[in-house]
Amino acid sequence: MNARDKILSKIRNSQARTAAGNVAGTVAQTEMRDSYLALHPRGPLPPPLDNLVAGFKERAIKLSSDVMEASDSKDVPILLARYLSERKLPVSGVCWPSLAGLPWSTAGLDIQSRPAKNQDLVGVTGAFCAIAETGTLMMLSGPETPATTSLLPETHVAVLDPRRIVATMEDAWNLMRKEYKQPPRAVNFISGPSRTADIEQTVTLGAHGPYRVLLILAPL
Amino acid sequence: MQNTSINFKRQVTIKLADVKLQGALSRLQTRFVEGRAAVIGEINDLQETRTAAAAIRDRVLNDLEYWLLHFEQQATARGAIVHWAETGADVNRIVAEIAARHGVRTAAKSKSMVSEECGLNDALELAGVEVMETDLGEYILQLAHEAPSHIVAPVVHKNMEEIADLFAEKHQLPRKTDIAELCREAREVLRPAFLNADMGISGGNFLLAETGSVLIVTNEGNGRLVTTLPRVHVAITGIEKIVPTLEDVTTLLRLLPRSATGQSITNYVSVLTGNKDSADHDGPEHFHIILLDNGRSSLLGSEMQEMLRCIRCGACMNHCPVYQNIGGHAYGWVYPGPMGSILTPLLGGLENAPDLPNASTLCGACAVVCPVKIPLPDLLRKLREKQMERGMKSRQETFMLKAWAWLALHPAIYAIATKIGVRLMRILGGKEKLLHHLPGARGWTDGRDFPAPAGMTFRELYKRGGHK
Ligand code: SF4
Repeated sequence: MNARDKILSKIRNSQARTAAGNVAGTVAQTEMRDSYLALHPRGPLPPPLDNLVAGFKERAIKLSSDVMEASDSKDVPILLARYLSERKLPVSGVCWPSLAGLPWSTAGLDIQSRPAKNQDLVGVTGAFCAIAETGTLMMLSGPETPATTSLLPETHVAVLDPRRIVATMEDAWNLMRKEYKQPPRAVNFISGPSRTADIEQTVTLGAHGPYRVLLILAPL
Repeated sequence: MQNTSINFKRQVTIKLADVKLQGALSRLQTRFVEGRAAVIGEINDLQETRTAAAAIRDRVLNDLEYWLLHFEQQATARGAIVHWAETGADVNRIVAEIAARHGVRTAAKSKSMVSEECGLNDALELAGVEVMETDLGEYILQLAHEAPSHIVAPVVHKNMEEIADLFAEKHQLPRKTDIAELCREAREVLRPAFLNADMGISGGNFLLAETGSVLIVTNEGNGRLVTTLPRVHVAITGIEKIVPTLEDVTTLLRLLPRSATGQSITNYVSVLTGNKDSADHDGPEHFHIILLDNGRSSLLGSEMQEMLRCIRCGACMNHCPVYQNIGGHAYGWVYPGPMGSILTPLLGGLENAPDLPNASTLCGACAVVCPVKIPLPDLLRKLREKQMERGMKSRQETFMLKAWAWLALHPAIYAIATKIGVRLMRILGGKEKLLHHLPGARGWTDGRDFPAPAGMTFRELYKRGGHK
C-alpha cells in the first residue's frame, strides 16, 4: 500500500469507529456534497455599505495605502508624477501592457510596458476588481497581468476603475466565476504595502514587497 | 523538530526567571491581545461567524476522505502534483526527491509550521540543498540557530537589541539602531536569495477543494516571492487544512487575521492554482503539494477531533496566562500554548509530554477567543482523564485523589477529617496565618505560601449561621 492509500484507509478506519462517521459515499451524501459545491453558500456577511467607493477609500487608507482620484484616465500620469516628486522617488518604472497607452512621457515619467525586474522601482498595474469591505485589490495573474509588477518594485501603483469596486470578497469571487471559468495561476489580494511586525511586534512598512501602494481611481 | 516536552517543568523554572523573555512576552500581550480586541468587533455577528467557521471545518473533518480526493483531483487537473506523507520524515524524503529531480541547489522558504514539525531544513541541508528562511522572524531564528516560540510571531522571545547584535555579527555590516533599518537590511540581504532560488517552499493556510488551490496568508510579501520567482514551488501542509469552497475560506479569512495579529485582513492573500502557463511571464513551472498526516488521521472520529478544526491563529496562546508567563520554548515542540498542549501529546505521544495537559489553569480564555470554537479546556481535561486511565499520574497524586474520593463518599468521616485538618492547619499557620510547607503539596508551596484556614470548616460555619 502506498502512503496515499494508507492515509486514506486510516481516515476511513478512524471515522468508522463513530456513529457520526459518514465516509461511505451513499447517493444522498454525494448529492449533498455536489449541491454544496454547486451552490457554494455564503456565510454571515458584513452589513451592506451605502457607498462602495467611499467605503473602499476609507478602508484602503486605514491599511496604509495612498489614494488619489482622476476624472479621466489621461490624468493618471500627472497625478503619479506629482506623487513621486513629492516623495522624491525615481520617475521611471514599468507597467502592464493595458496601461501602455497612457501619456506617461508627457508627464515626465519613463514607464515601460514589460514585466518588472528586480531593479525596477515603480510598478504600475490595473486590478481585476477591488473590495470595499477591507480596502483590498484583487489581482489575477496572466500574460498581460504579470504578478511581479505589484511585487518587486518599492512603489506599487494600481489604476482602478471605481466601477470595479465590489462590496465583499464573496462578490469578488462571483465576478471571477462570471468572467473566467477557473482561477488563474495566482489570485493575489493586496491590502496596502508589505509589512512585518516580527521585531518586537512593531509594525514596519516595507518588508519584502512594496514600501508604498498608491491607488489611483480613474474610469478606464 | 525534536520533541523535548518531557523537560517542561524544568524549562518553566528557567523561563520564569528570564527577565528579557518576560519583557518580550508582555509586549505580545499588549500588541496581539489589544490588537484583536480592537478589530474583532468589526465582524457583524461574531458568534454567528464563529459558529459558521466551526461548521465549515466540521463539514470537512467529518467527510475528510471525500474532500481530500476532490482536492487532489482538482489540483491535479490544473497540473499540480499531489504527494501524500505519513510522517515528517516522509515529507523530508519527498522534498529531497523533488529537489534532486529538478536539479535544485538553493531553496527560499516562507514560514511553515508543518515544515518545523518535519525538521525539513536540516534534512535538506543533508541532501545538499541550501535553504534560506525568508520570513523575517524565521530568518532571524535561522541565523541564531533557534526554534520558533510562537506560531504567528516566531521570534517574539527576542528583543531589538539582540537582533541588532545578531545582524551586525552575521551580516558584517554596521550595527543598526532601529527596527525599520533592521528590516531594510534583511530585505537587502534576502532579495538575492529570492531571485536565485531554484525552489520556493511554502506552507498552506488552506487547501481549496473547489479549485484545487493552496491559499497562503502573508504580510511581508516573501510568501508571494517564493511562490512566484523560483521555477519549482513546493507547498507543505496538513491533511486537515481542506476547505470546500471559496465562500467558506472567505468566512475563515474574516476571523483568521483578526484573531492572529489584530488585522482586518493580511497584506497578501494568495490563492495558487496549478503551474505557469506557457504564455505567463512568471510563476513556477512545477507545483508540488505535500499533504502530511503525522498522526492527524488518528484524531478523526475520536473525542479529540475538534482539535483538527484549528486554523493556527495563535489567539489561544496570546490569551493564555501560562503562555504569557513562560513563552513558547518551554512547551518543547512546534506548537505551544493551549493548542500545543493538546496537539503535542496527541501527535507526539502523551508519554512524551506528560506535563502539557496540566500546563493550563483551565481559565477558559482560549475557548472564548478561538475563532473555530474549539473547546480547548474540555480537550485538556479529557487528556488529563486519559493520563489517569493509563495510570500516568504520579503515585502520590493518585493516592490523594483516591483518598479524597473515598472520604467524599463517607460524609460523617469527611466532616471529622476536615474538622481535624483545618484546626491543625490553623495551629501550624501561627500568627502569620500562612503555611510555608504543606505535606504532599511541595510543588505548590515552593513558590508561594498557603493561607491557613480560619479554624472551622464550611459545614461548621454553615450550621452556626442557623442553617440545618
Ligand atoms: S486552537 Fe483556536 S485559537 Fe488556538 S491557534 Fe487554533 S484556531 Fe487559533
